[in-house]
Parts: sequence; structure tokens; C-alpha cells
Amino acid sequence: MTQLVKINVTVNGVSYEREVEPRLLLSDFIRHDLKLTGTHVGCEHGLCGACTILFDGQSVRSCIMFAVMADGHKIETVESLGTPEHLHPLQEAFMEKHALQCGFCTPGFLMTLVDYLGDNKNPTDEEIREAIDGNFCRCTGYENIVEAVKLAAKKMAAHS
Amino acid sequence: MAERVFHKSILRNEDPQILAGKAQYLDDIEIPGMLYAAFKRSDYAHARLKSIDVSEARALPGVIGVYTAEDFGDLVKPGPLQVPPPTAIKGATYASRTIMPIVKDKVRYSGEPVAVVIAESRYIAEDACDLIYPDFEPLDAVIDLEKALQPGAPLVHEDLPSNEAAHVIQERGNYAEAAAKADVIIKKKIYVDRVAAAALENRGIVINWDEKAQMMTIWCGTQSPITLRNATATRMGLFENQVRVITPFTGGGFGPKINTSMPDDVLLTELAVRLNRPIKWYEDRRENFLATTSERDQVHYAEIAVTKEGKILGFKDTFYHNSGAYDSYMMTVPLNTQTHTVSNYNIPNFYTEITMVFTNEMVVTPVRGAGRPQGVFVMERMIDAAARELKMDVAEIRRINLIQPNAYPVSTGIIGQDFVEGVLDSGDYPTALAKVMAMIDYKKFREEIQPKARAAGKHLGIGICTFTEGTGVGPYEGAKITVGGNGKVSVATGVATQGQAHYTSFAQIAAEQLGVEVKDVKVITGDTGAFAWGAGTFASRGATVAGTAIHLAAVKVKDKALKLASKILETPESELELVGGYVQVADIPGKKISLGELASMANPMRGTFPPGAEPGLEAVAYYGPPYGATGAGCMAMILDVDAETMKPKIERLVIVHDCGIPINPMVVEGQVHGGIQMGIGNAFFEKVFYDETGQLLTASFMDYLFPQATDMPPKIEMGHTEIPSPLNPLGIKGVGEAGAIPTPAVFTQALEDALYDTGVEIMESNLSPSKVYTYVQKAKGA
Repeated sequence: MTQLVKINVTVNGVSYEREVEPRLLLSDFIRHDLKLTGTHVGCEHGLCGACTILFDGQSVRSCIMFAVMADGHKIETVESLGTPEHLHPLQEAFMEKHALQCGFCTPGFLMTLVDYLGDNKNPTDEEIREAIDGNFCRCTGYENIVEAVKLAAKKMAAHS
Repeated sequence: MAERVFHKSILRNEDPQILAGKAQYLDDIEIPGMLYAAFKRSDYAHARLKSIDVSEARALPGVIGVYTAEDFGDLVKPGPLQVPPPTAIKGATYASRTIMPIVKDKVRYSGEPVAVVIAESRYIAEDACDLIYPDFEPLDAVIDLEKALQPGAPLVHEDLPSNEAAHVIQERGNYAEAAAKADVIIKKKIYVDRVAAAALENRGIVINWDEKAQMMTIWCGTQSPITLRNATATRMGLFENQVRVITPFTGGGFGPKINTSMPDDVLLTELAVRLNRPIKWYEDRRENFLATTSERDQVHYAEIAVTKEGKILGFKDTFYHNSGAYDSYMMTVPLNTQTHTVSNYNIPNFYTEITMVFTNEMVVTPVRGAGRPQGVFVMERMIDAAARELKMDVAEIRRINLIQPNAYPVSTGIIGQDFVEGVLDSGDYPTALAKVMAMIDYKKFREEIQPKARAAGKHLGIGICTFTEGTGVGPYEGAKITVGGNGKVSVATGVATQGQAHYTSFAQIAAEQLGVEVKDVKVITGDTGAFAWGAGTFASRGATVAGTAIHLAAVKVKDKALKLASKILETPESELELVGGYVQVADIPGKKISLGELASMANPMRGTFPPGAEPGLEAVAYYGPPYGATGAGCMAMILDVDAETMKPKIERLVIVHDCGIPINPMVVEGQVHGGIQMGIGNAFFEKVFYDETGQLLTASFMDYLFPQATDMPPKIEMGHTEIPSPLNPLGIKGVGEAGAIPTPAVFTQALEDALYDTGVEIMESNLSPSKVYTYVQKAKGA
């Protein structure tokens, strides 16, 4: 049996101490050990972006990291944003602009974008397309996502 | 009067849950005691399996079992046909060789499973796969569609005389006579290559066998829960009501999730009973590329016979269709190609011949478009070839050949995937063309913009194509609508949802009749415990067929509510209306009763019950169309091509679309956007590539180019023509595949036009910069 490694991770403000196999993917740790299933796995080779989370505030792909790499770090997942009753302005914008269909890729987009909109509060269409180029969506054709990001930027400016 | 909610862009009921990460998708389901499956797959496309050593894998700690064909006994036999053969077509021949659950003695495609491992974790199950040692004797692979039919070719199925899977000829009029009268006949060979559906969520299944209750529950993101339930029950000797299939939130379908009796559901249901433990399998991306299903690969030999004025007298298309290793889905895809080749043009003489071919490749079943893009690609490319020959404008040659708006219904003479002769129910193709030309400023582009761009050395091209989309085919769907004691409305239907907004659009249909808020209608799709009948989500039919059944059931419930309220309020039904969750007297505010109270009263627990009455504010209705409702449209695109790198940039993309009366225009536009994205992928980025040995060279997103945000045009400009279908009371037609259908044809046309100075002609989709470069070099004689 593989040696287990003890890790301490803060996820969505809650601190967890767990013993994990060194090879356990961070995405599997979040989904199956912590039961935070809002983070999705679409390719497991770092291309589709569905598994994007915030790692110490930076958006990263959790499917190409190991859980042990998160020891001592802070993670935010989609569950940190809003609840169905009280959505985050970015989530509201996605709903209002019909920027999701099947919704499987959506958490990855949201986590890429909360990071991005923190850095660029008023992006152009081209900048938004560049920002989401690493997130695949098969349903929407991306246009409504671009529209949602513009709306979210406005909403977030009004909130701040 | 109640506010109208049908034909209105209403935000989606399902979004808050999805956005908050609280929607349950398949891999989110965990059951105590659950085991995990992984498949050992063949690396060879065509090989004999001489032996397989699983002893090391079985000894691995955490492995519960490793199973090969010999462990499954009688289960190892060809599965059921998913679609009946085309016996309605005179002279059609076919050989049905359906999917095997596991390789017994011969591998027929790379990725076919040779063993299945069940373990305490997915990690251990995958470890065990690496410890399984099959001994293969490789055979020459059958890959090229035409070589596959040559004498002496290796055989995919050795009990057949050749690799021919099916042969169908359909003809209306007489092409030979038309050709004899034509001024010009043009012949071309045209290729359409293979693409993946590539839903962001892979396939998967969770099975729980409750031995004490003798009940099996299956969670699966299937497009066809009823078929999965029926096939499972039949195979296992259970009643249908002992198997409940539940579709959780599903991350896209696009076709391949329609398949059942696949290796996973056949073997894992058996093992869940045998081990009496829940089992989960969630496909990984590599498996999805290798061993689910995909579509498109066809080779066409097309002929168009035209007058010198550009009138099309006849069209002949002889084509080869790749079926892959098995043909469980029979001929849906190539029949769609036949029905969509000339459907929107008035061409009296049409000959179309399919030869379906077995190859050592992944099984072919529909992917968004499902044979339609090929038909449209062939027709539109041939019209362009004719325009070039006749020196005609590409829009004008289309205009003079389109079916006119006063012609409907139009019998096509060609039998389609629903086994009835095609009928175009309604439409207005010339208006769609005219609208698109106006929106993209066609005349100005040709007369001013393009000449100026060309003079400046720019390669700016335009494409404009028309298409139809056969949608909403039979057999039928049904729905059950129930008003609860809580005054809210439940809608249950047999189709499953993979992102199409059914939780909202179906709710709108019910709310429109029952006068409740859309958010107070809870829609259940794809749970056989909630509704046990139906066919599934395919052929852009959910909204049209299930939507109509929901409307009919809602009307019945409304009648029941009115009848009961009329007694209680002592008012004639004609003076009552359903508004805001109440039945009320139209002119007397306050004289009303809530739907919730009526629902409780309609289900008395004591006392008497009128003879012939049915309890509850509940009704079931079914709807089956005589033939499908045909959507249609026209698309134009302006491409700016870098003549050095051959990188194309889509400057403008305009589409005018008719799907009858849209239930929710916002959702319709979203469907068209997504289809166009897939069409752009199909035209230029995506290609499932097999080498000559049957090795898949594109089994990851590093090799398979998925269209990204920067690959798309800055804006999709959309217009609509709303021509209601006379086939159903709501006037709906389907829309799910529309965007994917014309895009490769329009793109290729625009590309040729952009590269006008090279004289290049491109009779192929699934291009790439290097492929375009090769074409251009060839055209230049380099």
C-alpha cells in the first residue's frame, strides 16, 4: 500500500486535515474526498478548463496538480461564490445572458473569470476571449459568455 | 388574462442550481459501498485475441474482480439493434452486425474492451488494467472506405462476403433523362471527414442493485433512458418497472449518449447484481475519443445537371458511408444525408445511392447534424461548382432553384430516418435568402468591399448557403402533468435533457395553459420512475414532440380544473380563467379557488367519486407526428484569409433561421450559437484522424482541436423567419442541429472565394491551414 501523506488545506475558508496518496489528483481530492462536486473534470489533461479553481487566489487547473501540492495552501472552488438563492454578480450575469446550457464547463469559466475580473475590471471583447480561451464550452459558442463577462464587470463595479 | 409565457425569452429555471455548483452530474453520485470500474482496451484496431492473462491484475490489493469474455458466458453476443433496418425502402439490403459487449476472439476497432476491472477505487482499477496482458495477433486494418470494398480486402466481419454493411438506392424522377437534357454536367468527388461529439462531460453510469427490493436503479446521462431501461430489463429477465433509469444533470449529449447496450451498461449491470454492490464507471477523455461513437466520414461522387441559365435539372449522388466496426444504429446517418441533399431546392430528378461500409474504426452513430451536414455540403459545393462553370453569382443560382413558399406541403419522394417519405411541411426559403443577403450587404460586399479589399491585396471571401433541418420525427413522446396540493405543477416526460433548457421551455408550455408562474413548474425529464414511455432525445425532436405532448396534457389538466372549479364556484366554465395559480371568475375579482385546493379536492380521501372520473388534477397525453417538421435557414459568412499562413478569420457570420414558433427565443439563439461553433470546428479545426493501421491519432484535446473562444466570429448576427409548422398545435419545429448543418459548406465556399487568385477548388471539409496550403499549391501547379 502506498504511503499516505498528511496535508492541511484551506478550501473555501474551511481548514481540512487529510491523509492522501501522493498520486491523488487535486481535482479528485476536492470532488471525492471533500465532496465539493461543483468542480468538474472534463479531460484530465489540463486542456478543457472545467476543473479550474483558485489556488492562493490564482486560477489553476486542478486536474494537473496533486493534492499534496495543496498542502499549506488556500483553495477556492465554485461553491465559494454564491448560493442558488444569492448568486455572485458573475453568476447572475451568466444567468441573465444565457451564458450556460449544460453547465458542465460553467464552474471552470466562473473560477477563471473571478480571477481575471479581479485584475482587469473593464475588459474589451477581445481581452475577454483571450481570457477564456483556455476554457472549452461545447454548447454556447462563447458569445453569450463574452456578453455575460461584460455585464458582470459592470455589476461588480457597482457592487464595489 | 394571464400573462403569456410561451414564445418569450424567460431566464432558465435550472441556472441558479447549476451556477452555484449544486447540480448533480453523474460522477458526483456516491453510494456507500460503491465499487469502480475500468476497462482494458485493445491497442490494435484489428487483431485476433489469442489469450489474455489477468492473474497479476486479480492479485492486486483492492481489486474485486477482473473479467474477460469467458466470465460473461451467454452475455457475450451481439447486442440489439438501436434503430430498425430500412425495410421500408424498396431494394434496400443490409447486414446487421451489432456491438459486442466485450472482445471474445477478435478485435474490430482500437479501444474495444478486452477486460473489465472492478476495484475499491478508480485508481486501483486503472492500475489493474496495466497488469492485464492480452496476446494479440494483429491483422491488416480496414480503413479506407473504397479500398474496403475491393476484392481481397481484409474483412471486419469474416462471416460476411464483403465489408458492405448496407446498400440503398432512392430516386425521384429520372436522373438519366434529366442529364440528357442538360447543358452542363459537372462531376466531383467530395469528402467529409469524421468528428467527435466531444461533450464536456464524458459518458458514464452508476448502478445500484437492491437485492431485497429486487430493484435496479441506474443513473446515466443517456439521451434515451427508456431504451436503456427496456434493454436492461429484457436482458436481465426483469420487468421494466424493476429497473429505474434516472438521468442526472448531463454535461452535453450531441448524439453519442443515445447509445445503449454498450459494453459498459451491459457488463456493469451484470456485475452489480453478481457482486451485489453499487458500481460506477465514468469514462475518461481518451476513452471518449477511442471507444464511444462519432460520425461524418463519407466519400461522395456527385453529379449535377444544369441548364445554361443555372436551373438544376437533376442531381446524382453515389456515396460511401463509414459505419465503423458495427452498425447497431443502422442507417439513420446516411438516410439523413439522402434526405438533406436536395431538400430545399426544386430538383425534379434526384438519384441517391448509399453504400455503407464496415471499417476497423469506432462505431458511427449520430453527432449533432447526423448526416445532414454531409448532404448540405455535397449539394452546396456542387451548386458552387455549377456557378463557377456558368460564371453565375452563387446567391443567384441558389435563388432561382429554391422551393417557393406556396408549394407546401412538398413530398420529397425520399424515405428518411423515420421510414416515411419525406414531406416538407412549411417554410419560406427565398425570404430567408433575401434576408441574409440584406443583413450581410451582399451586393455592397460584391460591388464595393471585396473589389477594394482585393485591390489592396487582401483575401476577403464570402459564402452563402441554404439548408433544411429535418426535425421532430416520430415515433412519439408523452407527458404527465400533475398539479400538487402545494399549487405548483409537475411535468414529467420520457425525453432526457443534456442542456437544452427543457426545465424552462417545457415549463413555459405547461404554464401557458395553467396560468402559473414558470418557476412554479417543476419539470422532470429522463426519469423512468416519473414517466415510463417515450423514445428519447435525438433528431432535434425534444421540444417539438415532447413539447407538444406537454401542451396536450396541460390542456387536459386545464379542462379538469375548469370543470371542477365550475361546480365549486357555481359558474359556467366559459366564464372562468386560470391566472396566477387560481381558477377565477373573469369579471368578479376574489371569486376564485387555488389550483392547490382544487388538486386536493380532485382526489377525495373519503366519500364518493363520480363514475368515469379520474382522480387528481393530473393528465397524461401522447403525441406522434405523421412525419417530422422541417426547419430551415440560410447562412452567410465573410472570411479574411491570410494568404501566407492560410489562417482564416471569420469577419462576419449571418444566419436567418426558421424553427416555427420559438418557445423561448433566447434558448433558440443559444442552440444556434452552439451548433455554429460545432460547424466551425467541423469545417476547419476538428478531425478524428485514423492512420492506415487504425490507430487513432487524435485521442486527446492536444491533438483534437476543439474550437475556442478566439476561433469564433466576433458576433453571430441572427435573424428569424417564424413559419409555424402545421403539424402541431404550437407550430414548433426543432432547432438543435441547425447551426452545425450549413457551416462547413459556407466556410469552404468563402475560403475558395477568398483565395480566388489561386483558382483553388476545395471539395473537402475538416480542413486545416496546412491542408488549405496544400490545396493552394496544387492549384498553382506547384
